[in-house]
Amino acid sequence: MACFLVSAAEAVVVTAVEKAEEKKEFRASEDNTIKEDVVSIPLSRKLKWLTYLLWGGAVLLAFEHIWHGEVVPWFPFLTAMTNPSDAQVMFHEMATVGVCMALLITVVWFVMCKVADAIVKRPATDTTQDTVA
Amino acid sequence: MTLLITVFAAVIVTVKWYTRKDDSMQLGMLCFLYWGASIMWLVDAIFEYAELRAEYFTPAIEDMLNDAFLGLSVVALGLVIWLVRLLITDPKGSIRTALKKG
Repeated sequence: MACFLVSAAEAVVVTAVEKAEEKKEFRASEDNTIKEDVVSIPLSRKLKWLTYLLWGGAVLLAFEHIWHGEVVPWFPFLTAMTNPSDAQVMFHEMATVGVCMALLITVVWFVMCKVADAIVKRPATDTTQDTVA
Repeated sequence: MTLLITVFAAVIVTVKWYTRKDDSMQLGMLCFLYWGASIMWLVDAIFEYAELRAEYFTPAIEDMLNDAFLGLSVVALGLVIWLVRLLITDPKGSIRTALKKG
């Protein structure tokens, strides 16, 4: 009914954090406080991945809700809000499905960051061997 | 059906991103867009399965068609969002060059 709103709310918070982190890293690079020899992915870049996942999911799911007539372009924008019993069902769905969606996306992103860090730290392999074999 | 179509779109775009020659097409953003939606629809599908059980896998033809139509529309919307962003950021400078010429 409005499960995408949970991910959208998380996306707003993460976007704000990502912008702040980006500024912090920019200042650090200007002050030359970043260690050049350490190979790692900046946190702001990883947070950008999470914002894309969250915004992408929220926007495309919002479209699905418009498709099913659950989101309308007039007040109160959510058809479930016009009726107290429907609103209760909607809040329950947000607390269960919506929270699970946001949690799973965050878990997937966290695993992705760990894998990406491991790939970056891995020594480069000779890819020509594959073509010979 | 919507989940299936979005997952296929995500896989195809990810393969295209992996085999890319440079980052000028900004396919990474499109990958995240489709994967984000796929993960969210997967959760939706799990909850629906918990409610309907075996019935979940035998939808009515009319519902399936509607879901397939929705899935294709979602893929199209994702492509439009990506294209608008690509044209605005203009990483290859093609639009800038074209506008300067005109």
